[in-house]
Amino acid sequence: MLRRALGLLPRPIAAARARSFSTDLPAAHTADATFMEAWNKVMPNMDPPKTPLSFMHPRPPTPSSIPPKLTVNFVLPYASELSTKEVDMVIVPATTGQMGFLPGHVATIAELKPGVLSVHEGSETTKYFVSSGFVFIHANSFADIIAVEAVPLDRIDANLVQKGLADFTQKLSSATTELEKAEAQIGIDVHSALNSALTG
Amino acid sequence: MASNAAVPFWRAAGMTYITYSNICANLVRNCLKEPYKTEALSREKVHFSISKWTDGKPEKPTIRSDSPEE
Repeated sequence: MLRRALGLLPRPIAAARARSFSTDLPAAHTADATFMEAWNKVMPNMDPPKTPLSFMHPRPPTPSSIPPKLTVNFVLPYASELSTKEVDMVIVPATTGQMGFLPGHVATIAELKPGVLSVHEGSETTKYFVSSGFVFIHANSFADIIAVEAVPLDRIDANLVQKGLADFTQKLSSATTELEKAEAQIGIDVHSALNSALTG
Repeated sequence: MASNAAVPFWRAAGMTYITYSNICANLVRNCLKEPYKTEALSREKVHFSISKWTDGKPEKPTIRSDSPEE
């Protein structure tokens, strides 16, 4: 009975080691062997076409000790606001509240609500108002922040914010269908977030 | 899995995340100061032409340049 138990022991451990998480595996750069053979037969003098995977840089592996800085990629649909910028901390407006990320933070995915995103580097802080988006923190202290619209706070017009808030509060009280109520509520949320960004 | 997990109010009202996100972005763009506001709104303008097909042949296309809403 003991021998059988000993025989059972190594198997689960080997199975656990074989099944590593997909985030820890390095990106596979090996080109497809059958494709390469077929290509070389037809076109021996031409280089094979590159696949999207060969253009992508693999994510740096998770270091064993906590890195000193967080590397932030902050992108918008029309521009890349920050690209692999090394910072000390970012505070993002997640739907569950303001979340701060320091280097070595556990891997997280957070959905953003309209609010202020601040990037802290040394003694300077850059603030943006973000309309909505997502934050992906990876185990290797890389943060990908994607937002649909992000503006520095000094580009926001306070009068338009107040007017918008008043408009939507009025729309909420006169709304009839669920959809209208939801739209008015969204308007109120966004404008009050803009307001507190300007005053806070 | 709980199918009555707390859904956001906009999803309960039948709106998708993309619609919600685009509404938020439009509201923020409308609250910008002047040169930035016109830049942002003109950046987001959409032009497209639609042609309906009948019997395998396209009819005359119509050009739409609606500013994208929701």
